[in-house]
Amino acid sequence: MSTPLACIESVFRNEYGRIIAGLIRTSRSFELAEEALQDAFTIAARRWPIDGIPDNPAAWITTAARRRLIDAIRREQTRRYNEDEVARLLYETPACTSDEPMSSSQDDEDDRLRLIFTCCHPALNQSAQIALTLRTLGGLTTPEIAHAFLIPETTLAQRLVRAQRKILEARIPYEVPSRDQLPERLSAVQSVLYLIFNEGYAAMQGDSLIRRELCTEAIRLARTLNELLPDNPESMALLALMLLHDSRRDVRSTREIDCNQEDLITLEEQDRTLWHHDQIAEGIGLVERALGRRSLGPYQLQAAIAALHAEATTAAETDWIQIAALYSLLEDIQPTPIVALNHAVAIAMSGPSDSFQSLERGLFIIDDLARKPELSAYYLTHAARADLLRRMSRRDEATEAYNSALALTRNAIERRYLERRLRELRS
Amino acid sequence: MRYMMLIYSHETEARSPEEHAAIFAGHRAVMDATARQGIFRAADPLQPTATATTVRKQNNDLLITDGPYAETKEQLAGYYILDCKDLDEAIAWAARIPTGCQGGAGGIEIRPLREISRTMSLA
Repeated sequence: MSTPLACIESVFRNEYGRIIAGLIRTSRSFELAEEALQDAFTIAARRWPIDGIPDNPAAWITTAARRRLIDAIRREQTRRYNEDEVARLLYETPACTSDEPMSSSQDDEDDRLRLIFTCCHPALNQSAQIALTLRTLGGLTTPEIAHAFLIPETTLAQRLVRAQRKILEARIPYEVPSRDQLPERLSAVQSVLYLIFNEGYAAMQGDSLIRRELCTEAIRLARTLNELLPDNPESMALLALMLLHDSRRDVRSTREIDCNQEDLITLEEQDRTLWHHDQIAEGIGLVERALGRRSLGPYQLQAAIAALHAEATTAAETDWIQIAALYSLLEDIQPTPIVALNHAVAIAMSGPSDSFQSLERGLFIIDDLARKPELSAYYLTHAARADLLRRMSRRDEATEAYNSALALTRNAIERRYLERRLRELRS
Repeated sequence: MRYMMLIYSHETEARSPEEHAAIFAGHRAVMDATARQGIFRAADPLQPTATATTVRKQNNDLLITDGPYAETKEQLAGYYILDCKDLDEAIAWAARIPTGCQGGAGGIEIRPLREISRTMSLA
């Protein structure tokens, strides 16, 4: 039996997005909907310890929030609503019995899907899209989001208010986009979710608990997207990509107890038995289903690459030839310098271990890439060069390249990794 | 909701008669289509910024200067007012309005109009 507070916490984490979506549909106002829901949680915190936890806590909160919302709408009716509207809302709202059964109906699902597209509308800037998605659809509070993105709470709060006001004042629709707009708009949603995930996964700084929360939240939202708009190969692959990366969460770094220091453990050095194999299995299944739709896209290629890494029982067994082939396809549709760099590394790694031929080919490509301004100032370019030189036992050149990389990053974890490599080269 | 579409363009770019005609036809098409749907409210091209005069009040003096309010890379060249269901509809129409630079530069700024009656009822 859980405590009232734990129960409220759980409704907040798991049901916030679903409940708020319905309230926003009713009021068209994020502000009123949020206030009403906040009030409902406050009332629950006061009443549940006395009255006991209702049979269906989420339904109780929903009903309480709807009542508050209608009160608020009544108060503001001269401003934005006419009598008919209020009458319709009152009629629609069921009488408040504290524990009426509540299922995830089609309406709820439609509301959430509409809300995802509203939050990720291209007329909002991307940082606002991210904040709004996390705040509205995810169960994260404003302080938690601010903390995760290392920005002041007031800045984030202002960003949210501005975005919500624009939605209302510029009338950003609360709708699933039309068929011709859907692919483009869906890809905006996908990139917001992936950015949220990466913020949690790749940042390697800040509070690790909150970072973990971002990954969990991104995965949950990607699951929701797949439930609401099923059978989209890129959405499936996005979820797979997150699951596959996230399966390595426990062994990617080490926190040394003495100085609370986090050190990078490369893919090659990780203990693969500690990967989360249930997540890997789910991820691989999703990748296979997505690829079966025969409509290739960037998330599918990235997820397929992650799946090949996940399938290798040891680093040495990694199928680098296939990975290089997938990067080559990815480079065709997403010709960014980072993809080119990864492609070069995959080519370098794809040869037999007793021959330097592939390593030299990869190095040749990276040297060429390093002449581009975007990559010459990027620490990973030099770190990748250094790594290939190290594998070829070209110690002096490797040392020089690691030092170049070191000069280009301020991130403490990245610096410690490079310094460790330098120490290993000296010994 | 009424949206104003502010057309920003490179007014310095000389255009051939053919290009001019194409731009004109583009505007004609948008005006006709929006008029047919009953959402057309207004549209006008502006004379170049060389004709612009800016008036400011400093203390109690009227300061009159030659030229536009702000010197920008692209200049305000015209406007539309369309009554659209929501921002997505406004964006769809804006995408069809020619900017006069063959898409190479310029753009359309969409601004919802404030409904004065509502604002007043708030007071």
